[in-house]
Amino acid sequence: MTETTHTRRPEPLEFDKPRVSIAKPEYRFDMQGEMPEAERVERAMKSFVKDFGRTAAIYMESCIHCGMCAEACHFYEVTKDPKYTPIWKLEPFKQAYKREYGPFAVIYRALNLKRRVTVEELQEWQQLIYDSCTVCGRCSLMCPMGIDIATLVSQARHGMFNAGLIPHELWAVTERARLEGSPLGATPKVFKDRLEWLADDHEVEIPVDKADADVLCTMSSIEIMKYPDSVVATARIMNHLGVNWTFRLDGYEATNFGLLAGNAAAQKQLTMKLIDAAVACGAKTLILPECGHAYTALRWMGANMYGEPLPFRVLHIAEFLAEQVHEGKLRLKKVPKSVTFHDPCQVVRRGGAIEAPRDVLKALGVELREMHPTKGTNWCCGGGGGVVANHRADDLRYKVFRIKMEQIEKTQAELPVTTCANCRQTFDDGQAHFKWDVKMHSLLELVADNLIEDER
Amino acid sequence: MTLLDFARGPALQWSVTIFIVGVLWRLLGVFLLRTRKDLSEPRKPAAWKGLKLIALRSWPRREFLEGTAFGEVMGYAFHVGFLMALFFFAPHVLFFADISRGLLGTDLRGLVGFGWPTLPNGIITLVSAVSVAALVAVLIHRFVNPVKRLISNFDDYFSWFVTIAPLVTGMVAFSHLAGWPYERLLAVHLLSVELLLVWFPFGKLMHAFTIFAARGATGMIFERRGASL
Repeated sequence: MTETTHTRRPEPLEFDKPRVSIAKPEYRFDMQGEMPEAERVERAMKSFVKDFGRTAAIYMESCIHCGMCAEACHFYEVTKDPKYTPIWKLEPFKQAYKREYGPFAVIYRALNLKRRVTVEELQEWQQLIYDSCTVCGRCSLMCPMGIDIATLVSQARHGMFNAGLIPHELWAVTERARLEGSPLGATPKVFKDRLEWLADDHEVEIPVDKADADVLCTMSSIEIMKYPDSVVATARIMNHLGVNWTFRLDGYEATNFGLLAGNAAAQKQLTMKLIDAAVACGAKTLILPECGHAYTALRWMGANMYGEPLPFRVLHIAEFLAEQVHEGKLRLKKVPKSVTFHDPCQVVRRGGAIEAPRDVLKALGVELREMHPTKGTNWCCGGGGGVVANHRADDLRYKVFRIKMEQIEKTQAELPVTTCANCRQTFDDGQAHFKWDVKMHSLLELVADNLIEDER
Repeated sequence: MTLLDFARGPALQWSVTIFIVGVLWRLLGVFLLRTRKDLSEPRKPAAWKGLKLIALRSWPRREFLEGTAFGEVMGYAFHVGFLMALFFFAPHVLFFADISRGLLGTDLRGLVGFGWPTLPNGIITLVSAVSVAALVAVLIHRFVNPVKRLISNFDDYFSWFVTIAPLVTGMVAFSHLAGWPYERLLAVHLLSVELLLVWFPFGKLMHAFTIFAARGATGMIFERRGASL
């Protein structure tokens, strides 16, 4: 919708440099496009209520201001700053709902009981909605009313995007994904070159653009650009299982910054690429990579974007691996190590794939040392929801990361493992920032490294 | 017309009317909104239809208890005390029986199929006092807790007032305190209840209804996904 983005002060994009080199940014808000202030507010509120259905309205009607959601939020936990109370992050939108949309909106407007939201408030709330919320949904587990606060934050992001009020980096990477096919420069040409290089280097067959395949594999841009071993691991496992699989250059990038930024049109465009690619090759299964929000975007939102049930199954790679283990097709060497598993919020808490990664770890014979808390209530790494891509949030994110450090250290496990490249990147960045001697590992790569090859 | 006549007559009729119309308006205003069918393939059918989360969310998970125990305990204390006083105090039961006969031509036994039990006055006084104490505690907490202070608005304070008022006026009327004639104390008690009824549809007291809808809706969505409840 917009072609320009402004920050309150110049802030270079430094995607390719190590994150620790980023200077501490001053607090700022960003704006995209040129439009009168009143129009920004109007756009924000209209698009916030545009998708308002029964469920979101019930949520809006139900908050009793008990404040308990604060206790579940990692940003509140480390700062004790009440502005990080999850439901407070929605305050302007709650106000707008009551005034413009709720059953008593007429009364609220006539008596001016809820005043109009101002653009200054939205600018101030930009930091709360984007920098200090990973949409991890831990607060949604706490709310005694059962309000899914994380979903409402996503909806507020739609409003903020349409008002041209989203963080600079999120706007830029979403535009890049929309225009080039990848937020981090993993264009079809780059991906193709990488696949050829990886195939040669690792002596592994990587099928591309097969006309017919049972399984379509996808990757996240972080894996393609930063963790290419995950691409190789995917190929090794698929070949090992003898699956008729392929990557496709018209649909390989599962990262969906449209979802994170609140850009619904971009979200749909990126989702449709994957769906169209799977349909084109007649895939029965589409496998999503180790990426949390990619799972939410396609597994739980894809069919709704498509307008009908998807004509193929969608599995997170950990679910696929667990399925192969259960069917006895995937046999793995035992790994004599203690492991702790970091639950990616979108895959586990909100996605429901709670046991699948643990079943794979069990098949690897590791000693699993659960963190406390774990599974559905595990703490978020702090980098989800686009926060790790948002440089100005770095300082806050590092504070939050300390929770993970403490959790992992308490387990004294030799090997921390996760199944989300975004979490992994957050861990790598935190490791570098704190000079922490703990390295996060990929479940996918751990499996690929321990295949029992000679039995096939 | 005495104050008691007013409280028993037009004030009662109007407040009940506003309560019923207001509650229906607010609920219909939400429930008549469109809802889109979720087309994603469920991990498993939502067998509990949201009921599981409705039940589970009645008490926080162990992991969350430390930071929320005060709110939970105080919340339960004033809700239970309020409801016990409302439904099991003998004069209230007689009052409901009167209304039932007047409106439906049958007493409570005819309406619900069994005689409505009552509790001894001593117990009602005790639970009312506990309820008032808990309400005072949550108000203080709302003032001193930075999170609650930040997120609170007029609705929170006024809803608190209309909730504690019937308890206090009821206890005063029952004990014949304040040196007023009983009829006037009773009238004030009735008017405080009517204030609660009038405010009910407009403020957060509506959570008495929406809590089940919100929990149920989230429960349905999360159950389909197999997500943590």
